[in-house]
Amino acid sequence: MSKPTDTASASEEIHVVHIHRDDFGSKMGMWLFLFTEILLFGGLFILYAGYRFIHPDGFAAAAAELDVLMGAINTVVLLTSSLTVVLAIVALQKNNKKLCFFFLWVTIACGLLFLLNKYFEYSAKFHHGIYPKGPALQDMSEGEVLYFGLYFVMTGLHGLHIIVGLAFIGVVMWQIKKDLITSTNFQKLENSGLYWHLVDIIWIFLFPLLYLIH
Amino acid sequence: MANGTTAVPGQTAQIDFYNVKGKYKGILSWLLTIDHKRIGLMYLVGVVFFFLTAMILGVFMRLEMLSPGETLMKPQTYNSLFTLHGVIMVFLFIIPSVPAVFGNFFLPIQIGAQDVQFPKLNLMSWYLYVIGAALAIISLFSGGGIMDTGWTFYVPYSLRTTTNVSLSVFAAFVLGFSTILTGINFIATIHRLKCPGMTFFKMPLFCWALYATSWIQVLATPVIGITLILIILERFFGIGVFDPTLGGDPLLYQHMFWIYSHPAVYIMILPAMGVVSEIIPTFAKKPIFGYTPIAMSSLGIALVGYLVWGHHMFSSGISDTSRVIFSLLTFLVALPSGIKVFNWVATLYKGSIEMTAPMLFTMLFIFIFSIGGLTGLVLGALNTDLHLTDTYFVVAHFHYVMFGGMGIIFFASLHYWFPKMFGKMYNEKVAKVTAYWIAIGFNTLYFPMFIMGYNGMPRRYYDYLPEFQTYQVISTIGSWILVSGILTMFFNLFMGLKNGKKAPDNPWGGTTLEWTISSPPPMENFETIPTVTRGPYDHTYIHGKEEKLMQ
Repeated sequence: MSKPTDTASASEEIHVVHIHRDDFGSKMGMWLFLFTEILLFGGLFILYAGYRFIHPDGFAAAAAELDVLMGAINTVVLLTSSLTVVLAIVALQKNNKKLCFFFLWVTIACGLLFLLNKYFEYSAKFHHGIYPKGPALQDMSEGEVLYFGLYFVMTGLHGLHIIVGLAFIGVVMWQIKKDLITSTNFQKLENSGLYWHLVDIIWIFLFPLLYLIH
Repeated sequence: MANGTTAVPGQTAQIDFYNVKGKYKGILSWLLTIDHKRIGLMYLVGVVFFFLTAMILGVFMRLEMLSPGETLMKPQTYNSLFTLHGVIMVFLFIIPSVPAVFGNFFLPIQIGAQDVQFPKLNLMSWYLYVIGAALAIISLFSGGGIMDTGWTFYVPYSLRTTTNVSLSVFAAFVLGFSTILTGINFIATIHRLKCPGMTFFKMPLFCWALYATSWIQVLATPVIGITLILIILERFFGIGVFDPTLGGDPLLYQHMFWIYSHPAVYIMILPAMGVVSEIIPTFAKKPIFGYTPIAMSSLGIALVGYLVWGHHMFSSGISDTSRVIFSLLTFLVALPSGIKVFNWVATLYKGSIEMTAPMLFTMLFIFIFSIGGLTGLVLGALNTDLHLTDTYFVVAHFHYVMFGGMGIIFFASLHYWFPKMFGKMYNEKVAKVTAYWIAIGFNTLYFPMFIMGYNGMPRRYYDYLPEFQTYQVISTIGSWILVSGILTMFFNLFMGLKNGKKAPDNPWGGTTLEWTISSPPPMENFETIPTVTRGPYDHTYIHGKEEKLMQ
């Protein structure tokens, strides 16, 4: 691009863009955003608590339909992925880009494995006619219908968050590759790690509430 | 700018932010800007546009009520009109009005920062606002027609109606996301970007109000987000959580809705109260009375405001115990609100009051808001509420607090900060006349509604019994006075923008940081980040001396 020839306009150019680096502030913004995510799921937890209180028997009967083993495997998978994200951050801090990439790939693999598991669970349910307005739900009690309604919304929304989290990590990996995120400037990686932990923590609550309490 | 140095009007050599040449030219220099001042002005355009749109819808509703029976439109049209009027006013005007416009423009300047903490996120919030607005407009012309549920989207009707609820509700969800991001941005800005010496208790009270507001936005909006998503899912898939035929409980919907929407009332009013706390010391030429109580009462209102949502459900069939508790908590909100009003009045006491246009609007606010607040107590008391619920009394009450609160203060802020934002002055005589004009129109329009409601006129009906006609006609005439007043006010401001004479840097003798920089502000708000040594409203030595004690 040609430089402006007019000297006056050259002095009018914006030299300072109002972006300054503030890692603490950036982390603060992320935490505030995580509060909003917790409250988003909080609304669903309120509904769960309310309906569980009204229909304890229906909820217990419906929860027995879920496969605890599948849920447990997914819990282990997600917990592992949380660990690998932390290890990736440490690896980057130690300037070991290769190891960082390895751990991030493991994280992504875990996320995909979780989604795959969820896909099998969902298709098993669909196969048995258990989905909103599905044939199996016509014979069930109100409590069971509500349980499965909440089950699909809560795990579905959580699955959506897994996908978003994976996308975040993907973007961050691209930025690490381009050296936009480095061992001295890794806040974005840490933020996407925080988001991934949130997704993990929500599952930690979903698993006992949906699978374990019979 | 600290230590009593004065900014000399008209001698600042910097180029203002309108004329700075950036990376982009023309319209792109606005659409791709990350400058908080430009983003604030872009919000202003949207907010004024939607205010005028919803105002015109309101005029048509009043015309329909001119005589009993079908005057102008069918009942279904009337239902769509009050829904649209409510949705546009609440989500597209009131909630973003003061925080997104004046908060964006002045929060960074008042705390001595060059911009907000996350400038790009700030632009994204604006785009979400525009996308939400666009979706709302698209929903009018697609699907099953204009939504007719009222702005509360109560189930089960919102699940049954064939009108285009899903898209409108999704629009509200996107708009909610926009306010969440603005809230996060403001909280981080206040924590991280205060200039040296600017402690929390040296911040102008407008910043305190925005701080409290932002916390409500962050902590309450997600709840409505998930509730609205559930409505959409319920309509498409029938998951059952709100559908009584599948075992869902409509009362739970009301709880979820008001857990957000009652705190949202304080999202609407707190920033307005912050502006009042700016304007009154400036024109009373006195330090504000009770700085700390006013700041703390903002947080108090935010806190207690969370716990009172049940008072919207007194007649919905919740238990007596919860009704009594919610009623008690509702009375508690009156305490911090009262603290503010008394402190404002105490600031005026023995001040040398200058009745400028912004000050007139602020006085109008205190008068109207007091009526609105006191009638709120009438509705917060259980017995009277059962008589008055779903009548025009409620309609009058929330127009007195919402429009009389946020709306009037939006006008006051426009007049107060107009010279700083645009570097021009408007015709102050006309502005003062419009303030009185709006005062008369407002009370003629809404006060008869109190009487009608007390006598049993239900809200949201397109028809009424003949005995209400006198009041309805007075009210409709009031709407003509009010609307002509508002249009004149905007026309006057527009003429000021076009032909107004150049505004000095500090036309009102304000003491907060925005009055230390040139009008309009330069691209970089401050050449060097200021250091602050004193509180925001130090008018102590102004009498008889030319020297101004800036913050």
